[in-house]
Amino acid sequence: MQEIDHTHNIIELQHISFSYDNHDNVLEDISFALHKGDYLGIIGPNGGGKTTLLKIMLGLLKPTSGTIKLFGHDIDKFKDWSKIGYVPQKVAYFDNNFPATVEEVVAMGRFAKRGLFHLPTRGDQKKVHDALEQVDMVQYRQKQVGDLSGGQQQRVFIARALATEPEVIFLDEPTVGVDVKTQEQFYELLKKLNKTLDLTLVLVSHELDVVAKEATEVACINCKLVCYCTPKELLKNGGLEQIYGKDLKYILHQHQGEGE
Amino acid sequence: MLELFHYSFIIRGFEAGIIVALIAPLIGIFLVLRRYSLIADTLSHVSLAGVALGLLLKINPLITAIGAAVLSSVAIERMRLSKKIYGESALAIFLSGSLALAIVLISLSHGFNVDLFNYLFGSILTVKQSDVYLIATLGLLIFITIMALYKELVYITFDEESAQVSGIPTRRINIILIVLAALTVSLAIPIVGVLLIAALIVIPVVTALQLRRSFKQTIIIAEIISVFSVIAGIITSFYLNLATGGTIVLITLLIFVLVLLLKK
Repeated sequence: MQEIDHTHNIIELQHISFSYDNHDNVLEDISFALHKGDYLGIIGPNGGGKTTLLKIMLGLLKPTSGTIKLFGHDIDKFKDWSKIGYVPQKVAYFDNNFPATVEEVVAMGRFAKRGLFHLPTRGDQKKVHDALEQVDMVQYRQKQVGDLSGGQQQRVFIARALATEPEVIFLDEPTVGVDVKTQEQFYELLKKLNKTLDLTLVLVSHELDVVAKEATEVACINCKLVCYCTPKELLKNGGLEQIYGKDLKYILHQHQGEGE
Repeated sequence: MLELFHYSFIIRGFEAGIIVALIAPLIGIFLVLRRYSLIADTLSHVSLAGVALGLLLKINPLITAIGAAVLSSVAIERMRLSKKIYGESALAIFLSGSLALAIVLISLSHGFNVDLFNYLFGSILTVKQSDVYLIATLGLLIFITIMALYKELVYITFDEESAQVSGIPTRRINIILIVLAALTVSLAIPIVGVLLIAALIVIPVVTALQLRRSFKQTIIIAEIISVFSVIAGIITSFYLNLATGGTIVLITLLIFVLVLLLKK
């Protein structure tokens, strides 16, 4: 496994295993470390444990065994959650009738930083505006989120994550149900954020071609960590076949509408 | 018109009614958007068991109703979290269970009487001055708590998982919301009665949602509909000699239908 440099680690997983209610392991002995500025793509077959791993890294699920460190702190003692941004799988939860403007949704990214009773300050409003600017959505700030297109909504959720001023953003299958052209623009935006803000990104996706093209590191998860390498090495070593076997072509061609 | 205010019971009715009208949509918006409207109905039936217990033990039924609703709300949330029982089944169990308990308690205290009828369908005549103080105090408590947790509640309602990742203690806030819902339901008993409370909590919010405004504007519109309906309901029922609770709920429904028609 790769060497672990503790000083710049954003996330460090050591021997993570997970099972639901003593069933078979969903994840087994997974270790890797993520450094500042990395753009990690997590890939693997459906049911391979990608989303479970993401939830463990976000503290939403507790691993059955192993340890996780966020910014050098044990996850149980980690307090500074504003360093972490999260863009959940859009189709999984979004209600188009929810009464909220774009501005109100992005402002949620500032909420956890403010205590009880505190109204948003002018500084918060500026952060919201800046975040909308980053994703090029300022002109839509008074619009209902439910009235936007899928791609625009996805930008709003990125803006919400950015408003937190995070050092790392986790994205769970962010482009499910979004058309190809919008997807391209979306990944352009991610690349820009990764380069210009030195923002660390963790992208969970079943779209191998996207991950191979965009990410700087790839983790292939199929219960175990099959490989952790650059996209180039992945294609060269035949890592894909190890995970997907002979079904590889089939999976590459059924992109749309899949979730885990 | 002004003769209305010569009756002290009408004044008490207005006082209690307006307080309840103000807090009902504040709780309602979070319940409706979280697909949790049915909890208002369940808690109202639990309150009925509380009322029956109060009548049997000769304690102020409002107080026993509050106690029963708050305790059950915590139990319901626990059951939902344990995931051993589906959320709706937990509600169904509490709804029919407490109704059964209420009926048994009522039969123990020598059957149905006028008093009980008032609690079922609401009667501002039953509002005592001490009830107004209780409703005002708890109403203020609910209002302050919602204001204090407003940001967190909005975030959790919109996207619970992201709220949790951002460090908001979602479990604790969910429990607080459900306890506040229980308080609101029991406070509304004297005004609209056990069987119609859910309507006051849900209908003004659902009506406001049709207009597709921002979250804040939606709350304000729901508040206006709710307060208007309660005031108009009390006045109409006074002059036309109608049941107050039913009149209030019918007015909220009328506004709902009008909004739907105007939208078309």
